[in-house]
Amino acid sequence: MTALSTLTVPARPEEDASLRPVPWRRMAWVIWRQHRIALGGVAVALGALAVYVWIVGLQLHHAYVAATTCNPASSTCADLITNFNFMNHVLVGGYTLQLVPPLIGAFVGAAVLARELETGTFRYAWTQGFGRWRWTLAKLVALAVVVTAAAGAISVLFSWYYQPYLATGHQSLALSEESPFSSALFDLRGVAFAAWTLVAFAIGGLAGMLIRRVVPAIVATLAAYAGLALVAANLLREHYLTPLLTSNVNVPGSAWIFSQWWTKGGKFAFSGWRDAPHGLVQLCASVPVGPLGKPSQGTLAQCFAQHGYTQLTSYQPASRFWPFQWIEGGWLLALSMLLIAVTVWVVRRRAA
Amino acid sequence: MNVIEANALGKRYGSTWALRECTLAIPDGHVAALVGPNGAGKTTLLNLAVGLTDPTAGTVAVLGGTRAGSAAALDGIAFVAQDAPLYKNLSVVDMLHLTCNLNRHFDQRYAEARLGELAIPLKRKAGKLSGGQQAQLALTLALARRPRLLVLDEPMAMLDPLARHDFMAGVMTAMAEEGVSVVLSSHVLAELERVADYLIVLSGGSVQMAGEVDDLLARHRVLTGPAAEADRFAERLGVVHAWRGEAQAHLLIRTNGSTDPVPPGWETHPVSLEELTLAYLREPGARGAARPARGRDAELSEVTK
Repeated sequence: MTALSTLTVPARPEEDASLRPVPWRRMAWVIWRQHRIALGGVAVALGALAVYVWIVGLQLHHAYVAATTCNPASSTCADLITNFNFMNHVLVGGYTLQLVPPLIGAFVGAAVLARELETGTFRYAWTQGFGRWRWTLAKLVALAVVVTAAAGAISVLFSWYYQPYLATGHQSLALSEESPFSSALFDLRGVAFAAWTLVAFAIGGLAGMLIRRVVPAIVATLAAYAGLALVAANLLREHYLTPLLTSNVNVPGSAWIFSQWWTKGGKFAFSGWRDAPHGLVQLCASVPVGPLGKPSQGTLAQCFAQHGYTQLTSYQPASRFWPFQWIEGGWLLALSMLLIAVTVWVVRRRAA
Repeated sequence: MNVIEANALGKRYGSTWALRECTLAIPDGHVAALVGPNGAGKTTLLNLAVGLTDPTAGTVAVLGGTRAGSAAALDGIAFVAQDAPLYKNLSVVDMLHLTCNLNRHFDQRYAEARLGELAIPLKRKAGKLSGGQQAQLALTLALARRPRLLVLDEPMAMLDPLARHDFMAGVMTAMAEEGVSVVLSSHVLAELERVADYLIVLSGGSVQMAGEVDDLLARHRVLTGPAAEADRFAERLGVVHAWRGEAQAHLLIRTNGSTDPVPPGWETHPVSLEELTLAYLREPGARGAARPARGRDAELSEVTK
């Protein structure tokens, strides 16, 4: 029976020798259908966050305008300045928002492969005509682009929110001021926020493939991300460009200062005020006293300078914000592409 | 053409060989059944054939020499894994659309018509279907791809007898109408008698016996006689396995045809596929005589003669 039936086989689509692969664009519907809930969740969460940041941001900007335009002589002005300075606590100096990239990355990225492996559906997905490494590459790249774009969009809002803290020239009013390099703010603005979201997603993708279970993969992603973020903020970032050296005593508050020390005759003398030689302090003890009953640093520095000492400061100027952003964004992008390539390679090498 | 051809194929997980020195050739145009105890390497062999995993040793080719897992192999083979994995949160119609998007060929009309016949609601989530319906949906998705080879891993394990019957009827219809070759692994020996016309017995990671069912049955028979004489014959005849009772013994022997002399006082009768398979499974050391695999062309010329 089986042999005879072969004589009446219906015409099969012609097998062309080249065997053109299934077009990439067909994955668009697949990705949307399978990940729309995760992407919808990210959209809702970011949308809610955006509304919140916008509302508190409007209050902050109003407070800033009120504090900078009031008459310094009036009694209400001090209240307005205090009011502005206390608003800093609303987003806890930026640290809360640093959780956004790893959470997006872990929940979207780790699930892409781990869920398939955990539920066994990879045995369906990876035996279809599309091919398993192409399937993996299409999913990871498309989802990476979407979450990175979403993160980039919301970081524009963060930039706007933190603007009053970064506006320089109001030290005289005693307004809170932050350096754009502050570890809380640097990676919320510019391209860094989107780049950190991308790298979190890429870590999640690889962790999902290696660990093969969703929840452990999410935990591993958060841990790996935290380690990378701490290393980048505390060890790597200050070395992106060689710090500048200045003998100017008045380094702007927006600069990222690494160290200050005193020299005499071109040789190192002492590092901080407290290490100043006793004799020098005695000599300068008579300088005018500042408002708090102590000699203010400015006048002490002048006195030290008169005795032949020079203060040197090594720092990164605020004008290097964008070069630093591009350097950090660049290596994070390269790392993400490497992680995605490794994930695709692992999928291609060993599936079941 | 051989739909699956393995040469000294081996797969090791850690320090354990799931499959070792496995050499076999399954010709096309058959429903080939892969049987063996748990851990015999059935799933490993099928995973290697569909390209889900790479061999540690040896080679495996499909569809007449195509490398397993290559684009052409994926295109021509539809695989239904054990427990028919589906996306539980997708509706039936979404599963159709998904499979359509992931393959070069997909016969949407055929798939919808088949699901209609089976009364599987298109709007229902795959996870809400019964076990039999999920298996039928997975089979429909596989068949609508118009594969040249259908690979089923333990398709009947989760099904009740009625669903089993319906599922295998679906496979047989596709086999007859589409000319698709089928390779399936199964524990359910009784069901195989009806559907399989090619048998591979896998044991301890290697092939114990392989061949066309009719051929294998013709080359074996059961002798029944006094238990006391059983040992005397066991030496002279090619006994694969002996069932010894108080008074009577049943010997499964290899024969070269019906001309072999039957000892006086003994009866001979043909063997069933289930008996044959069980005998080999109980004697892991026994090696079955398999004729060299023949292609479909040879078979066709025989039929049309």
